[in-house]
Amino acid sequence: MNSSKTSIQFECETGNYHTFCPISCVSWLYQKIEDSFFLVIGTKTCGYFLQNALGVMIFAEPRYAMAELEEGDISAQFNDYNELKRLCHQIKKTRNPSVIFWIGTCTTEIIKMDLEGLAPKIEAEIKCPIIVARANGLDYAFTQGEDTVLAALAQRCNVVPTKEEISGINPNLILFGSLPTNVSKMLTYELTKYEIPIQGWIPTATYRDLPDLTDQTLICGVNPFLNRTATTLMRRKGCKLISAPFPIGPDGTRGWIEAICEAFNIVPKGLVEREKQIWKSLAPYLALLKGKSIFFMGDNLLEISLARFLTRCGMLVIEIGIPYIDKKYQAAELKLLKQTCDFMSVPIPRIVEKPDNFHQIQRLNESKPDITITGMALANPLEARGLNTKWSVEFTFSQIHGFSNARDILELVSRPLRRNENLTQLGWFKLVKDQNDQTVAKV
Amino acid sequence: MKLAYWMYMGPAHIGTLRIVSSFKNMHALMHAPLGDDYFNVMNSMLERERDFTPVTTSVVNRHVLAQGSQDRVLNNIRRKDREENPDLIVVTPTCTSSILQEDLKNFIERASISTSSNVLLADVNHYRINEFQAVDKTLQQIVEYFCNSETIIDVQKTEQPSINLIGFVALGFHSTHDYQELQRLLKALNIQINVILPEKCTVEQLKTLPKAWFNIVPYREVGLMTAKYLEKNWGMPYVSTIPLGLVETGKWVKNIESVLNDSPFCKEKVNFTSFVQKQTFFISQAAWFSRSIDCQNLTGKRAVVFGDATHASTITKVLAREMGIFVACAGTYCIHDNLWFTEQIQGFCDEIIITNDHAQICEMIERIDPTAIFGTQMERHVGKRLNIPCGVISSPVHIQNFSLGYRPFLGYEGTNQIADIVYNSFTLGMEDHLLEIFGGHDTKMTLTSQSNTGISWDSESQEELNHIPGFVRKKVQTNTERYAKALGLNIITLETFYSAKEDLEAQRS
Repeated sequence: MNSSKTSIQFECETGNYHTFCPISCVSWLYQKIEDSFFLVIGTKTCGYFLQNALGVMIFAEPRYAMAELEEGDISAQFNDYNELKRLCHQIKKTRNPSVIFWIGTCTTEIIKMDLEGLAPKIEAEIKCPIIVARANGLDYAFTQGEDTVLAALAQRCNVVPTKEEISGINPNLILFGSLPTNVSKMLTYELTKYEIPIQGWIPTATYRDLPDLTDQTLICGVNPFLNRTATTLMRRKGCKLISAPFPIGPDGTRGWIEAICEAFNIVPKGLVEREKQIWKSLAPYLALLKGKSIFFMGDNLLEISLARFLTRCGMLVIEIGIPYIDKKYQAAELKLLKQTCDFMSVPIPRIVEKPDNFHQIQRLNESKPDITITGMALANPLEARGLNTKWSVEFTFSQIHGFSNARDILELVSRPLRRNENLTQLGWFKLVKDQNDQTVAKV
Repeated sequence: MKLAYWMYMGPAHIGTLRIVSSFKNMHALMHAPLGDDYFNVMNSMLERERDFTPVTTSVVNRHVLAQGSQDRVLNNIRRKDREENPDLIVVTPTCTSSILQEDLKNFIERASISTSSNVLLADVNHYRINEFQAVDKTLQQIVEYFCNSETIIDVQKTEQPSINLIGFVALGFHSTHDYQELQRLLKALNIQINVILPEKCTVEQLKTLPKAWFNIVPYREVGLMTAKYLEKNWGMPYVSTIPLGLVETGKWVKNIESVLNDSPFCKEKVNFTSFVQKQTFFISQAAWFSRSIDCQNLTGKRAVVFGDATHASTITKVLAREMGIFVACAGTYCIHDNLWFTEQIQGFCDEIIITNDHAQICEMIERIDPTAIFGTQMERHVGKRLNIPCGVISSPVHIQNFSLGYRPFLGYEGTNQIADIVYNSFTLGMEDHLLEIFGGHDTKMTLTSQSNTGISWDSESQEELNHIPGFVRKKVQTNTERYAKALGLNIITLETFYSAKEDLEAQRS
């Protein structure tokens, strides 16, 4: 095989793209970790984003709040230590959480507020653990926010000595990544079928139940954006990472289980049949999607896994935009992407890191894909120009992991096609005036 | 530091972006980190905007922190100039750039040498002003930039009376419907509209602003600075009455009349008295509604009002003056405009609250326990929790308040819309009476004569209870049993039953 032609090429653009601020991770993490409180230390800009992005959830007495920085905080007229202590006291009194997460933002970075230094002092005074995560827009995009939080959380896991057994080897498995409880249960169930010794998950439903680690702990991620968490567990806690594709789509799920089983020297019986069965049940969707082209503008780091699955479904992936790729952490996923492309006899799609939305729109106009996966800032304008779009953020907030959720992914992807078929027949295709068409042409 | 869960007003840059994106062929370049372009999502989702929002970010990242962003900002300005060729690029500072304190002004001067677009730095400091103040300031800044004595040499007033309509801006509360309504009204008054500002306004139009005889600023939050600038530099008077509600809309028309008649360009005096009367009495249904027996039942009902200065003040007046409703408390989150607000609603309400802390509003509503709330999206949720109906009368609002149907708040059609909102928010007349008589809403549970409270009913009281209409019977039963329990009674007699009813009524009054 001519490797220079078929190896994966990465491009990098300007990084001028639309994505959610990583502090958005508090919206799902505070619900996942039930005894937590998230304090976002930032400005009105951060607060405004959270309030609007999270919509109605804000009204359900959320376990998160802003520590809104005022001019006196910026110019150091107020003492950070006193201010944070006061707010954390207040939180402790009214909510009594088991753990307080401080989410650092762009502003705390720029004014160099020493959150990591202040946290242990205030933690000792209020007698409540304080975990610092710097989930800011200077460094990270959207789902990477969860990565910074889980990396900080992983630091709090205890490493306990291994119980010496016969061979002196007693490996166990910790899975990391925040998933809805029923999804993590389902993945756990898939693994227990093959008698994999699962020690626990990071995060757990309660902070108090955070699992212990041993020097024999193997770890495996369930989401592609968790490279810092993986690194922390490896370097700081001595865990060994199982490199696996992510359990998204039946192909990914099988690859994930196989990789874990291999690490434990277990042969997963019946797994291939299981995958086949799932593919069979997806047949109606596959018929609809086969041969259709898809374009990922890129904003949540799930893009490689989704593109790999959809390629296997018979779709033609035109471009995979993605904020950031850790090639080591995603190695198995990238390998599976390549295998899938070879298997389906399609070229490896163009992968664009730090994309430029403006240039992408030009490429959209040239390639006219059947479906564009994009953020909410661009979805309506693209629809008005006759392009079918699906909001990328829905993939983050839907259940997409494991065998049985493969259907949900295809339900999402195919929705614009099913939805717009009638409208196109009615002639309601392009709904912008000529004048705007010129703008498109210019673009 | 302040512990905050919710805010009524956004940060300053949102105000600037709302103005810039309202104009035609202008572009805003934010100096901000990744993810701060959330405005584009709001514009695209809430307004269901078909076009790409003309806002991009010059991204601030680690490199910028290390070495400054000058080349980046310069290149991004040049790039936008080349790609979109806008008439104006407004460089927009955010909270981040406010702290970085880079010399953005200098970058702009350097950039504008090599661009065909005009380039301007929005003069908005994140830590000093809020969204609304930034809206007002940026509009004035852009008007001043294109409409000063150097850019415009000769001003010919229009032949016919004409005005500029100032203050219609992206993400404004029912703003698009309001300007259609005012356009209609002004047409009926034979007044030409010279320029609508800033919605869909071009730079060419900006240069013709002084052609109008005078300016109209219907919202308190947007355009007053612009109107004052045009008055000072171009001698243009302005009308800033808010045409919301019948009385105020009438005043607005009469103010227009007197400004017209005072104008040196006026050839023929006008009199709009009969127009106002006809609109009030017969075209709008609101005056008739006030007189009708439906509205009579609203007399003295307790309401609270909260919102921006424009809507909260005028709705308070409508409720108190035009519908006879008792406004127990009215307030605004426009703290910066509290003197004006207080003066406006003096005498129309019992209590005034000026705050941007939603918890305080929540406490106020719980304390007053009104029959209806008129507020923002936030108060709507408070109402849901407390089981009090709420009419939404002001931003911040969610997507359901960007209605596709025609729903102005201003002008004569606006008075109809408001009457509907008010009336539908209160419990309807007959239903209300029945609830009053029988002490509460129906619950779906069927009556069990022997409930699990351990309290029994004697045959007489049981019979009386059976006379109560089914849909409120359970409620009456519960109330009576609660009353009996409080008195330590085990058996409910006819006497207990009646005294329970009296006691309940005493509590209500």
